[in-house]
Amino acid sequence: MPVPDLATDGLPDGLIVVAKRDCPTCGLVEPLLHELARAGQALTVYIQDDPAYAAGLPGAVLDDTLEHSFRLGIEFVPTLIRIAGGREVARTHGWHRGDWQQISGLPTLGAALPELRPGCGSKTLDPGVAEDLQVRFGQTGLTSREVALGDAEDAIEACFDRGWTDGLPVVPPTPARVLRMLAGSTRRPDEVLGLVPPDLAPCTVEKVAINAVMAGCKPEYLPIVLAAVEAALIDEFGMHGILCTTMFAGPLVIVNGPLGRAVGVNSGVNALGQGHRANASIGRALQLVIRNVGGGRPGEVDRATLGTPGKYSFCFAEAEHPDWEPLHVQRGFARAASTVTLFAGEGVQGVVDQKSRTPESLAKSFALCLRAVDHPKLALAGDALLVVSPDHCRVFIDAGWSKARLLDELTRLLLLPGDEMVAGAGGIAEGVPLAFAGKPVPKFRPGGLLIVRAGGSAGLFSAIIAGWAASGPVGSIPVTKEITA
Amino acid sequence: MSSTLVLLDPTAERQPLARALAARPATLAGLSVAVLDIAKARGNVFLDRLAELLAAQGVAVNRYRKPTFTRPAPTALRQQIAAENQLVIEGLAD
Repeated sequence: MPVPDLATDGLPDGLIVVAKRDCPTCGLVEPLLHELARAGQALTVYIQDDPAYAAGLPGAVLDDTLEHSFRLGIEFVPTLIRIAGGREVARTHGWHRGDWQQISGLPTLGAALPELRPGCGSKTLDPGVAEDLQVRFGQTGLTSREVALGDAEDAIEACFDRGWTDGLPVVPPTPARVLRMLAGSTRRPDEVLGLVPPDLAPCTVEKVAINAVMAGCKPEYLPIVLAAVEAALIDEFGMHGILCTTMFAGPLVIVNGPLGRAVGVNSGVNALGQGHRANASIGRALQLVIRNVGGGRPGEVDRATLGTPGKYSFCFAEAEHPDWEPLHVQRGFARAASTVTLFAGEGVQGVVDQKSRTPESLAKSFALCLRAVDHPKLALAGDALLVVSPDHCRVFIDAGWSKARLLDELTRLLLLPGDEMVAGAGGIAEGVPLAFAGKPVPKFRPGGLLIVRAGGSAGLFSAIIAGWAASGPVGSIPVTKEITA
Repeated sequence: MSSTLVLLDPTAERQPLARALAARPATLAGLSVAVLDIAKARGNVFLDRLAELLAAQGVAVNRYRKPTFTRPAPTALRQQIAAENQLVIEGLAD
């Protein structure tokens, strides 16, 4: 909130009291206001709620718009201010007998009252009010173009009409909502995060906040959204290619660390599904930034043949377990750090194995299912993310298998026979180049298989999320970015 | 009906704020033109003449009529006009 400049407000010398009838301490000092007036003090009393307070006092002003309270920067009522030479020279809030006596210059003021009574909160700080006042009376500091809607326009329909949505309604990004969103981060609204493809348009924190409002984010999600946008702009992630490819992929956001848990990013029941605001809106906010700031719209630069439902939103958290190294630690971050990892993900393929009770058997199941990524006869194309459910994970943890051990075993199991994989083998024209005949073919490039733990506590099912078939340096490699406040 | 609501532009602001009208076609050749009578008295006189002039130029003309000028066109009629034509002429007679 901007600091009011009383010097430029040209306030007359004397005393200002800001009060509300709803506040018992304001009621306590109400008789004193008449005493101050009788003593010849130049006195203005701004009343936030009810003109019955200080009724009949010559200097009483109903401040029901809260403009005066806002401009004076009032946080508590009652507040007593002394103006001299057009400037504020003293201020106290609540009832502090000594302060009031000193500031008023009346040494016996309220002598019969208790020495101290705390005040109440100013109505300017009621929930949802502060940002509205800033929009009405203050400098918002926002620089985005204002779009004034017609009187007959419905705000949600107006967002559709202007091409700002992903096909679902968005929350209309009013300045007050954007200010509330920006309060979720300590970063300056005009900070530029980078250039968003495909238009390579500069993207500020403010633009991210606008799109986060539209996506339905709470302000406390904003640091995660900002980190996700920054991660998407890391060159190795290849966001331009992910956006414009005819293939399926979209940016999947995997959240690790305490910040995701604090705001409720779901890692448990239905972790990859609907129903959790943080998951739904964080992934969506990233996609809206790509669409609106970057200009990446389907049918234009986005040339996906089929796409995937994850392109609306795809975000979940890892259900971190003490015995399994979480993804961000595997990727070089401290366990206490909070991160987003972006993966160019396609859809979810279930792995149903309800019979394996040994890690060896379950790893073989995973490996067999992972062969289907892109096509069972293709290799070294798409990366993959293996999402291991708690029931499956227990099989490994109970047997002493770390996540790294599982990854090693899968890498070994996914060294596939080239003879079965080459083009034409099995009567299928698709396949790896003939040069692989007679040689083992690794299904994934080194670093191309990621493992996370997530899901509800019941169900011997895991999931494979295939990566973009142009994974690796040629297209996209997963990136991790630390979330900061 | 609300008072003027202000939204903040979520885009990179590379397009003008005022949305452009659809581009005028260079020629009517090969296009179908809907002539929509909104059911206001004698609007048909004007539209009949327009349809004649268009047809004389070899333009395909399809005629439609709203049930009443007091209400927006029914959804099915709007969809039919959009599916069958590239252009629409709608006349208001008063």
